[in-house]
Amino acid sequence: MSATETYSDTPIKAAITTAAMEARMRKRRAAERRFRVYGQAAVAFSIAALAWLLISIVSTGASAFTQHWVTLDLTVTAQTNASPNDRRRLADALADVFGEVSDEASRRELLQVISASVATADLRAAQNLSEPLQLIVPASDLTDQYLKGHIDPNLPEDQRKITNRQIEWIAALDAEGRVHRRFNRGLFANPDSRDPERAGLASAIFGSIMIVLIASALALPVGIGAAIYLDSFAPQTGWGGRLTRMLEVNINNLAAVPSIVFGLLGLAVFINFFGLPRSIPLVGGLVLALRMFPTIVIASRASLLAVPVSLTDSALSLGASRMQAVFNHRVPLAAPGMMTGSIIGMAQALGETAPLLMIGMVAFVTTVPSSPMDPATALPVQIFLWSGSAEAAWAERASAAIISLLVVLMFINGIAIILRERLQRRRKL
Amino acid sequence: MHDARQLVGCEKEVGLRPRSHIAAMAAAVLLSGGMSACSDGRQEPVRIVGSSTIFPFAAKTAETYAERTGVVVVVEQTGSGGGHKLFCSGHASIDATTSSRPQKPSEAALCARNGVAPVIEIRLGNDGIVLARAVGAVPMDIDPLTLYSALARELPTSGLDCTPTPNPYERWSEIDPTLPTDMITVYGPPPTSGTRDAFVETAMEAGARAFPCLAAMEKDTPNIFRSRAHDLREDGRWIDAGENDNALIRTLANAPTTLGVFGFSFLDQNTDKVRGIAMGGVLPSQETIRNKSYPVVRDLFLYLRGGSALWADRGAADYVLEFTSEEASGPGGYLEEIGLIPLSDAERAEMRQRVERAKANAGPRP
Repeated sequence: MSATETYSDTPIKAAITTAAMEARMRKRRAAERRFRVYGQAAVAFSIAALAWLLISIVSTGASAFTQHWVTLDLTVTAQTNASPNDRRRLADALADVFGEVSDEASRRELLQVISASVATADLRAAQNLSEPLQLIVPASDLTDQYLKGHIDPNLPEDQRKITNRQIEWIAALDAEGRVHRRFNRGLFANPDSRDPERAGLASAIFGSIMIVLIASALALPVGIGAAIYLDSFAPQTGWGGRLTRMLEVNINNLAAVPSIVFGLLGLAVFINFFGLPRSIPLVGGLVLALRMFPTIVIASRASLLAVPVSLTDSALSLGASRMQAVFNHRVPLAAPGMMTGSIIGMAQALGETAPLLMIGMVAFVTTVPSSPMDPATALPVQIFLWSGSAEAAWAERASAAIISLLVVLMFINGIAIILRERLQRRRKL
Repeated sequence: MHDARQLVGCEKEVGLRPRSHIAAMAAAVLLSGGMSACSDGRQEPVRIVGSSTIFPFAAKTAETYAERTGVVVVVEQTGSGGGHKLFCSGHASIDATTSSRPQKPSEAALCARNGVAPVIEIRLGNDGIVLARAVGAVPMDIDPLTLYSALARELPTSGLDCTPTPNPYERWSEIDPTLPTDMITVYGPPPTSGTRDAFVETAMEAGARAFPCLAAMEKDTPNIFRSRAHDLREDGRWIDAGENDNALIRTLANAPTTLGVFGFSFLDQNTDKVRGIAMGGVLPSQETIRNKSYPVVRDLFLYLRGGSALWADRGAADYVLEFTSEEASGPGGYLEEIGLIPLSDAERAEMRQRVERAKANAGPRP
């Protein structure tokens, strides 16, 4: 706007402007101002949407990265040792610590304070039961949620999950300094579990890494190779040219196919025909390679088309073979764009859930896969499974899993950006 | 359990060196489907597919069983129908399917055609289908007839004239003046769900039978009766909610005039947000569902592939034994804690016997 004022003071203006021209100028400038405002509004809106999403996820999920642990000193007497099963034995041993607990209902209440499954396993593993036994176990999801302030103790007792007695027990433990809040290592080190307090992402993280690596190993060479061939070697005229164009249209269509279709294809081909087992990363990787392929071809093709033809032409005119012209001059300039396309493909594969549904990866797996033939889940599937579970603590865990997925994505994108920058710099030198 | 030890050993060795994961992976990619060294001699995991209602129970049992024996159990959530389809397709790696309804004759035929035989039916426990509202809402007490009148797409013109008329009711109080004046809005499972099947087969059919002409129709033309009883309103009074019951519970908590239909275990885990609605004067609880005084109950099933496919040492039969053990699905067991309602003592003993017999008849490892 300051520019307009400067112009209005110059004498030339009076000489060459007419009222009609002034009006047109004003209109054009107003149009530009309006467009700027639209643009700013659009950017503000997308930033607000992103911020809202991130804030809601982080505010629910952040507390899952720490967890409460309880230290207990138990004495297992001969009498408790004779109990019919492990849970009962644990309940009896706990009753010694917490005071009189006789009926089934209070036993159940008591077992809900600490992670009963971890404690029973520890109790079973303990060698010498005549000596006092120190157990360091995770607090139960209920205790953990209460201590993190997610359960309001001021509500009437029947409107919250935790009972008054459990609150008293927890307060007593806390007063003795037996409750500690620590970093939740288990969230990354443990495989999945039905107990929120010991459920982890290890199986899903390894599964996802294997799937993405297998998919990239297959789709990257094939996709980039196909794009280079279609761009520089495939016939462009006559019947061959028509065939090439038809191929390109089909590849574009393939990119628009809903991803669940690839899952169905994977089910029919890899599992039913080749007889590979369900829920293994190998099949997941094969299916997602098919999914990544068109994305990579299209992005690589676009970045190849952006390289001026004159470059190849001058190389050819100086006597380079077609192969030399393409690989020494055309491809290196297109490489950053190809890289971006590949990374988008990989990120897409990492976040894909629908095709994995069909090949049995929406599964509960309690082991960390050590090869692509072992059962595993993937990160997005784990989020889906956790967010659908009943206990309140899963909401927090699911958000933490989303944060982890976002971090992995940022990591992959970061590597891509660094690689791209380096490539571009090298070309400039 | 010699396989188990082998497996755990392998797991530990690899688990300590994350780099070998990558190596194993690279090897497998190169061989395109080749096994890594660790997979050699390892037994296939036990694979269970099926109902999403039973998924939490099956998964919890899988975890406990794996912890005790080291045998890997993979539990897949495919829905009851999807589970039967996969199980009966004869895919060798699937050992059992869970189902929140009995196997249909068509599915049994599919199993027989694909050589999946014998199929051993195990009942795991009971489940109630509950109607619930937000904690603060006015308590309601409805009977199947009221429910049918509120939700059926077409109602009989009168008790004796079964000419269908579109359901006219907008508010609960129009059906029964003692009920609140809230608009009828009920969220429930979609038609693909086993819970939906059980809901229409128990609650809605019971309500329909209260009309004498529909009861007569059930005897003469059962097919027409079934469609009259099973067709729910499509004018927005009944809303198909997704399979995600957590989202449904949040919806109910935010809209206190609405009702939701889901399995008892979800009610049990969310008593701080929603309350069950009494059906015919009986509130849903562990007790009333076990003794079947609550009218809308169903059985939860597991179908195990027996005969030569069930090798005695593979672990599938032992997994089901763990499932039916007192410590799991008995009173006070770890499955009861997450909402499974135990069968009676005699029934549980019978189910255990059935698995034992299947295990004894199992074929040798081929």
